[in-house]
Amino acid sequence: MSASVAIEFKNVSRIFSVKQEDQSGDVKAVDNVSLQIRDGEFFSLLGPSGSGKTTSLRMIAGFDRPTSGQILLYGQDVSSLPPYERDVNTVFQDYALFPHMTVGENVAYGLMIKKVPKDEREKRVDDMMDLVQLTGFAARKPSQLSGGQRQRVALARALINHPKVLLLDEPLGALDLKLRQQMQIELKSIQQRVGITFIFVTHDQEEALTMSDRIAVFNHGRIEQIGTPAEIYEHPITQFVAGFVGVSNLVSGEVAKRITGSDVRFSVRPEKIHLGSTGDKPEADTFIAEGKVRDVIYLGLYTRYLVELDGGGDLVVVEQNLKTTSMDVMQARGQPVRLFWKKEHVSYMGD
Amino acid sequence: MLNRISTYFYLRPKVVLALMLLPPMLWFLVVYIGSLITMLINSFFYLDGFTGKVIHEFTLRTYIKLFDPINLQIFGRTTLMAASVTLACIIIAFPLSYFMARFASQRMKTFLYLAVTLPLWSSYVVRVYSWKLILAQEGIISWFARLIHLDWLLHLYLNLPGLGGPSLSISATGIFIVFVYIWLPYMIIPIQTALERVPKSLIEASGDLGATPAQTFRTVLLPLAFPGVVAGSIFTFSLTLGDFIVPQLFGNSSFYIGKAVLTYQGTSGNIPLAAAFTMGPIIIMIVYLLIARRLGAFDAL
Repeated sequence: MSASVAIEFKNVSRIFSVKQEDQSGDVKAVDNVSLQIRDGEFFSLLGPSGSGKTTSLRMIAGFDRPTSGQILLYGQDVSSLPPYERDVNTVFQDYALFPHMTVGENVAYGLMIKKVPKDEREKRVDDMMDLVQLTGFAARKPSQLSGGQRQRVALARALINHPKVLLLDEPLGALDLKLRQQMQIELKSIQQRVGITFIFVTHDQEEALTMSDRIAVFNHGRIEQIGTPAEIYEHPITQFVAGFVGVSNLVSGEVAKRITGSDVRFSVRPEKIHLGSTGDKPEADTFIAEGKVRDVIYLGLYTRYLVELDGGGDLVVVEQNLKTTSMDVMQARGQPVRLFWKKEHVSYMGD
Repeated sequence: MLNRISTYFYLRPKVVLALMLLPPMLWFLVVYIGSLITMLINSFFYLDGFTGKVIHEFTLRTYIKLFDPINLQIFGRTTLMAASVTLACIIIAFPLSYFMARFASQRMKTFLYLAVTLPLWSSYVVRVYSWKLILAQEGIISWFARLIHLDWLLHLYLNLPGLGGPSLSISATGIFIVFVYIWLPYMIIPIQTALERVPKSLIEASGDLGATPAQTFRTVLLPLAFPGVVAGSIFTFSLTLGDFIVPQLFGNSSFYIGKAVLTYQGTSGNIPLAAAFTMGPIIIMIVYLLIARRLGAFDAL
């Protein structure tokens, strides 16, 4: 099975020693992480800034080296190989296009370094430019391109070497929302076409959910959870994941006990909760909570309700505006309601 | 009242701009361009060798004099000196600038900045004179050569035609060393600035795409630092072309352009020839800049 593992982290740690005038000490950027990324996978490292996701990526690329542990690339230990001896390529956050070269020269750079003959080089550059839909842009300078186009050049330049693994360091961060959503779909389709393992670093949970086959959620240098987008979203195993990926209602203590009969903390997604009238009867395997609508926010596609539970605590509920209008939903404010949600939609978590 | 003046200017930004640009433009046009034109005009006059008076009529005979073998030699010698000084400055400045731009901590960088520019705070003449002491026959270098029993090598070197002389302090080599020393800061700062503007990610991207550090240096770092190198070399090159103090103090009888200009207009009152001589470095610099542009030095501007 080891042949199908593209990247493996074996107890990898990266410790930076900080020396400043007032304090010095060690910062564990990556803390004993073990991880397997499968061949051909679109794998995302998701987490807030400073969570260790970028450091992990940089260690795969070779810009940084683990303080301890091993990184394997298709079974080969690459922990101490320099970047130019690793068969991985990177799309940088700032694109890092060479400003003194044309777009075509940028894309051809890897081949030029490998001394690929000019004819073949030009042919492969053309193919790549077609792949990223920039046909005919080869003679321009990077400064003459828009952000989205530069992004594509960076992608073409990294893919032309046919790397075993492609690393993407928040490549869509600088694009505006529309373009970002378009690039998300395009990246995914390019990945499926070229069949290369993509490792994608992002702090945008929606982006990770949209594109990934699997996601590793990072926090404080450790991995909180690894799973498919659905697993991560539907069944977060830690409080951090529940809070970081999407919006979650976290319920614990007395309030939890009144609803589920146990004081084990649980989370439930706002869209899983059904807003009903006080007299409504529950279906089987359903949790119930009674409360009063304290706030209503009409958001066009859906409406967000803030419900104050009778025994204390709040729950956020989201309902799609299938039939209602803004006038209707505003009526709900102050009304007593009964909330229902299926037991299977609850994720329990320890501390 | 003051308020109304402010409002007047606020609504007319072009007037403000014109007022602000007036003094520098006057300076530039009258003092700078004006004197250059005066010099150009003077270079077309000639000195009557018999009466010692400048004859104010248009002629090319002063320029024809520039092509005397002895004057051509002066141009050649000075240009060669300027080129070698520039090259040496680049070679010495690059590693230091690279260290300052990439590796030095903030504190180290401040220190190095200070160390590089500190000599500029003291008088040029004082610094040049101190080199006279260092290079003199009884100076530090000779003393050190004797100490390590290499004085025979120094003597051998000083006997080389063109490079040597009675001592290092009276030789082309001495001139070269002092020039490199005094112009070095003008090379370090531009290169350092250029290197600092190269994002780290470009270096990483190059390595990522398979380039060894040497290849990255050649294909990414050097081309991007090139405008800085050219900027620095404009300083070192033109300053060396025009300087007359160093050749005066460290030279033998061989003239350099600056010294020639000084001699012609100061000692012999031949202002037309001095003016024509000065056109030399200007033309050399124009050629130099054209070559630099051909090589793409200004593409990034």
